[in-house]
Amino acid sequence: MREFAVIATETKTWACYDCGKCTATCPIARVGGSLSPRRQVLATNLGHREEILADGNLFVCLSCGLCSERCPAGVGYGSMVRHLREIAYREGIEPECPHGGAFHSLMRMMAKGGTQQNRLGWLTEDLQTAPAQGEVFFWTGCTMYYDAFFEDFQVNSLAATRAAVRLLNRLGVTPVVSPHERCCGHDLLWNGDRKSFELLAEHNVKLVKDSGAKTFVTPCAECLRTWKLDYEPFFTSKPPRILHMTEYLAEHLQELKLKANGQRRVTYQDPCRLGRHLGIYGPPRELLEALPGVELVDMAHWGRGSICCAGSTWSNCDRYAKHIQVDRLREARATGAELMATCCPKCQIHFRCAMQDPNLKEEIEIEMRDVTELVAEALES
Amino acid sequence: MPEPENPKGESAPAKPETKPRASTRQVKSDPDKRAKKPPRKKKLPKRTGPPRKLPRTPLPEMKEAEKETRKEAVKKPSEWNPNIVVFACNWCSYAGADTAGVSRMEHEPHFRIIRVMCSGRVQPAFVLKAFEKGADGVLVSGCHFGDCHYIFGNERAAEQFAKTVKMVKLLGLEENRLRLEWISAAEGARFAQVINEFTEQVRSLGPSPLSGNHLKI
Repeated sequence: MREFAVIATETKTWACYDCGKCTATCPIARVGGSLSPRRQVLATNLGHREEILADGNLFVCLSCGLCSERCPAGVGYGSMVRHLREIAYREGIEPECPHGGAFHSLMRMMAKGGTQQNRLGWLTEDLQTAPAQGEVFFWTGCTMYYDAFFEDFQVNSLAATRAAVRLLNRLGVTPVVSPHERCCGHDLLWNGDRKSFELLAEHNVKLVKDSGAKTFVTPCAECLRTWKLDYEPFFTSKPPRILHMTEYLAEHLQELKLKANGQRRVTYQDPCRLGRHLGIYGPPRELLEALPGVELVDMAHWGRGSICCAGSTWSNCDRYAKHIQVDRLREARATGAELMATCCPKCQIHFRCAMQDPNLKEEIEIEMRDVTELVAEALES
Repeated sequence: MPEPENPKGESAPAKPETKPRASTRQVKSDPDKRAKKPPRKKKLPKRTGPPRKLPRTPLPEMKEAEKETRKEAVKKPSEWNPNIVVFACNWCSYAGADTAGVSRMEHEPHFRIIRVMCSGRVQPAFVLKAFEKGADGVLVSGCHFGDCHYIFGNERAAEQFAKTVKMVKLLGLEENRLRLEWISAAEGARFAQVINEFTEQVRSLGPSPLSGNHLKI
């Protein structure tokens, strides 16, 4: 009971006045799911432990943050769900993980440590990196695992990672790319496994601190969220400046010489972690607009109101998720764009997965690339 | 659809197969037989209170003593026995293991079989979970190509296994901790041989760095 009171205070659920805007905007509820953020907020306020733990919808939330964005009372629904999942995890309740929980197993093994991962197999000879010390730390994220796991539908998230290092080199920076990097723990934290998350956080913070880097850059939206918000208590000294790759590039846009690569109409998918969680809407759009020959058109839902890829934390993948993805891809096609750009590897994975549907393929297929990749392609050689 | 014959009228059950049951009921009501019936056992009281919780395996924290044990184990590989998980398909490999047992073949005992309906069911997550929980080696086995009970399940198994090997290599575990084998129901001797070979292979690698030696089979 008491822990619920603490959650209610921390996440301001007591401010809820039952207007139901959260449930009305929830993408899951929109496509027919029985998830009701309003009901969960009410149950937390009343401390109805049994009701919350028995609720099959606890792990259904996409944590996309649309409800918190629309909430007039400022209830932190996302952090409330995270706290509730932590309680559920302690009680032994776990979500039905898509992919059989393969990624959660991987992350827990990384948290344990003991093995030397082969994280740098993607580095090509023309890319210059430093192994341990440097001014800029480049955080790759787990893209190498994603590419190996999802090769069936041509996910190539490493292309963005390579492009980012190439751009950094062009700007005269030799970034630190560490072979001792471990998963940032984002998905474990959002599925309630705080203990493993803390092990990962301590390791990673120490790694970056020892590198002596003043700037931290990552091309992954989820890693950025975790580093910026969730790692805060783990920094013992002054943390480095934490930036997304698009933010870093937007700052140095003048130094890059870009050339046109043909005329293209491009639309941009806001990753939920980058947009609503961190408020970064401008830099990726700035970059796309600065590319010669690229015309940026936004979808009907964009910026603060954009719809997410429905699979951010590897916690749920069901027909509702599919419905959301197909709707979003239809929206992208309706703009007349031939390419959808994004900044998060998971957006790419989930939309590409939805595009595999043989019945809808014609209707929803659209080329997907990372913003970083597009910028690197437009570089003058 | 025509209604089934119903000699007992409206009140009796409509399905024809209930008839024999009615006759058994008559036998049961015989007073002699009823007397022979043993007295009913007292029912257990219904469980109250919170639902039963399964104990969670805690993440292993390697203690100094454990580290020493591991070092010792690596020094003397012949004295250390690995923990091996074997995924065996219901139709071929599990029966193959059975044949090995029935034929009283001698083989290494340091493995646990998990029976799956088809080797195609073994997705990367299963193998990774086994390593997460401290297995030193994982063997996936199914029917020979062309013999699969589900026609192409073992082809799927081979695809999934290739993916698993990639993930395990990325994670930094040795590739030799994994093996894919096709064993038919008649190949008891082959099952014993594969187990012996694989146990020796894993034994030479030493304990898995992720096991922490905490899982004792």
